[in-house]
Amino acid sequence: MSLWRDIKGTIQPFWVTLRYLFCRPVTICYPEQKQTPAPRYRGRLILTRDPDGEERCVACYLCSAACPVDCISMQATEREDGRRYAAWFRINFSRCIFCGLCTEACPTLAIQMTADYELATRELLQVVYEKDELLIDGCGKNAQYNFYRLAGIGVAAPRGANPGESPPEDIKSNLP
Amino acid sequence: MVTVLFYTLAAITLATTVLCLTRNNPVHAVLYLVQALFALALLYFMLGAPLLAAWQVILYAGAIMVLFLFVIMLFEPPVADKRTSGRLTHWFFPVMLGGLLLACGGALIAMDPAAKASLSSYWLTPRDYGRALFERYALAVEIISLILLFAAVGAFHLGRRYRSTTKEDVS
Amino acid sequence: MNDVLLTIILIVIKLGLVLGTVLSLAAYMVLAERKVLARMQMRHGPNRVGPFGLLQPLADLIKLLCKEDLIPERADRWVFMLAPAISVGTALLAFAVIPFGAPLQIFGRTIELVICDLNIGLLYLFALSSLAVYGVALGGWASQSKFALLGGLRAMAQMISYELALGLAIVPVVMASKSFSLTAIVASQQSLPNALRHPLAFLIFVIAIMAESKRTPFDMPEAENELVAGYHTEYSGMRFGMFFVGEYVNLIVLGSMLTVLFLGGWHGPFLPSVGWFLIKILAVAFFFIWVRGTVPRLRYDQLMAFGWKILVPLGLLNILVTAVWLLWRG
Repeated sequence: MSLWRDIKGTIQPFWVTLRYLFCRPVTICYPEQKQTPAPRYRGRLILTRDPDGEERCVACYLCSAACPVDCISMQATEREDGRRYAAWFRINFSRCIFCGLCTEACPTLAIQMTADYELATRELLQVVYEKDELLIDGCGKNAQYNFYRLAGIGVAAPRGANPGESPPEDIKSNLP
Repeated sequence: MVTVLFYTLAAITLATTVLCLTRNNPVHAVLYLVQALFALALLYFMLGAPLLAAWQVILYAGAIMVLFLFVIMLFEPPVADKRTSGRLTHWFFPVMLGGLLLACGGALIAMDPAAKASLSSYWLTPRDYGRALFERYALAVEIISLILLFAAVGAFHLGRRYRSTTKEDVS
Repeated sequence: MNDVLLTIILIVIKLGLVLGTVLSLAAYMVLAERKVLARMQMRHGPNRVGPFGLLQPLADLIKLLCKEDLIPERADRWVFMLAPAISVGTALLAFAVIPFGAPLQIFGRTIELVICDLNIGLLYLFALSSLAVYGVALGGWASQSKFALLGGLRAMAQMISYELALGLAIVPVVMASKSFSLTAIVASQQSLPNALRHPLAFLIFVIAIMAESKRTPFDMPEAENELVAGYHTEYSGMRFGMFFVGEYVNLIVLGSMLTVLFLGGWHGPFLPSVGWFLIKILAVAFFFIWVRGTVPRLRYDQLMAFGWKILVPLGLLNILVTAVWLLWRG
């Protein structure tokens, strides 16, 4: 009976809404109750250090190149032992879209995302983060990883001495 | 007091009707006409015919003028007249007339606070009204209602959509 | 003369009380609607201002008063300013004839709990509800905006159509109680509310007042996904607030109309009569909110077809049946 179906279809939703009226709301009242984001949540960016306590970032500009909104900028410079680092490193979080492409591009796992999402402020310049605000003391994710122990220019170990690395070719004596 | 009220209301009715006739803007004309109908309704009420007053407002102001307004709204966008919109004369008359109308309504209530005693010697109750319509003038009412029925049927016939211009053909 | 003065003072006191109650009730109706709708959708609703958000109406009022009052450049200024006043005025004036309690006995004087007991009170209500169309229509026309104009036109057509059904639903009640006076209609329901005596009229009336107050299943005039906000698209600040408050005052007016005509008015056991009246109004208001949370919006042609092809013939039939029954009973 289509009439019976129509009447039922008109009455039933009232019962549904009445039942939901007495349900507990699923809303999280944000400033009082905070949600714990997932570990892989893409929040504020940080710069991490390697297990030896040195900066991981080698100022290769790959993150800056990968960034679709151009919010990362830096100036590369070099130590006496040849290890590169960023003289200054700046992320403009008012432009950042938290896409995570910079962390994927980073060869040394220096730039990483955290679960911190509370960046809102009334002062626009406060969301431009400088290097001292970005650099943390810990290793972040992949705590054991140290780029210079796997490859590089012989800062941590002589060149070619790292595991899985063959000694450098001597191009001057590369004769048959 | 009643005489004063009567002449005030009559003057408002006349003034608003004249203003209605002389307006260029049709919507303003409709508004003045509604005001005139209101004043007329208050006159009816004062003369002891509350039912007639109610019909006046419900049917004329509430239905017929709304239909007029409907048609005007469909065809006439508002024309903002920059020259006069800020001027005193532009709003002095409507505000004064409206205020006077409200004052008359208030005075009517104040003279007869509980709406118990009637102001006039004769008080037409809904019962009398019905009796007059359906007993004394029953034939006239029937004839008029038949004419209205013909009009409705005719309007329906004229407004009917013919086969040849159904949706499929138009698209 | 002294007596008349006393009567006038009493009327002024009653007027103040009723106006205050109605306006604060309307303000809290907004909050209640937002809260109940939110809970039906498993949200919290406004809960920031004051405990449980109870000061939200105040915050809304301050916001609306402080906002810039824009008048569109090409609008018809005076009609534009007049429209919200008509909207809120007709809604507030309707309370003059609604009896909200049994007569009180104070100092040997009988005080009737109604501001003005017109003997054609029902027609007065009806006249005001038909005048409410002007606020909407003029607001829509004067804004000089397509959305507002279409909203106004729709509102006009809808309100005129459903007013007919509304009137037809009232007729059986008037026939049975033999009076246009609302106090007499309430008095006639002492034993049995009219909703049980005239169930079909009750149903038609409920549907028609929903359409008349432009609420959700029938809120075509302000259907936000096609008309932005309908007739009050161009309004801002307190003028918008007046339309908004008018809508909720209208909700209370129609709720009390329903209470007076069909739910037995202030009759009820144990509680004082004013209490019963308030409870009934609030129940009706909750029902309206419930409907808004449940039923989707009708299409415009469905709305008009429903009004003219179903409600009006049913109302006429109902009148005929009631008339035959009344004649047969003598």
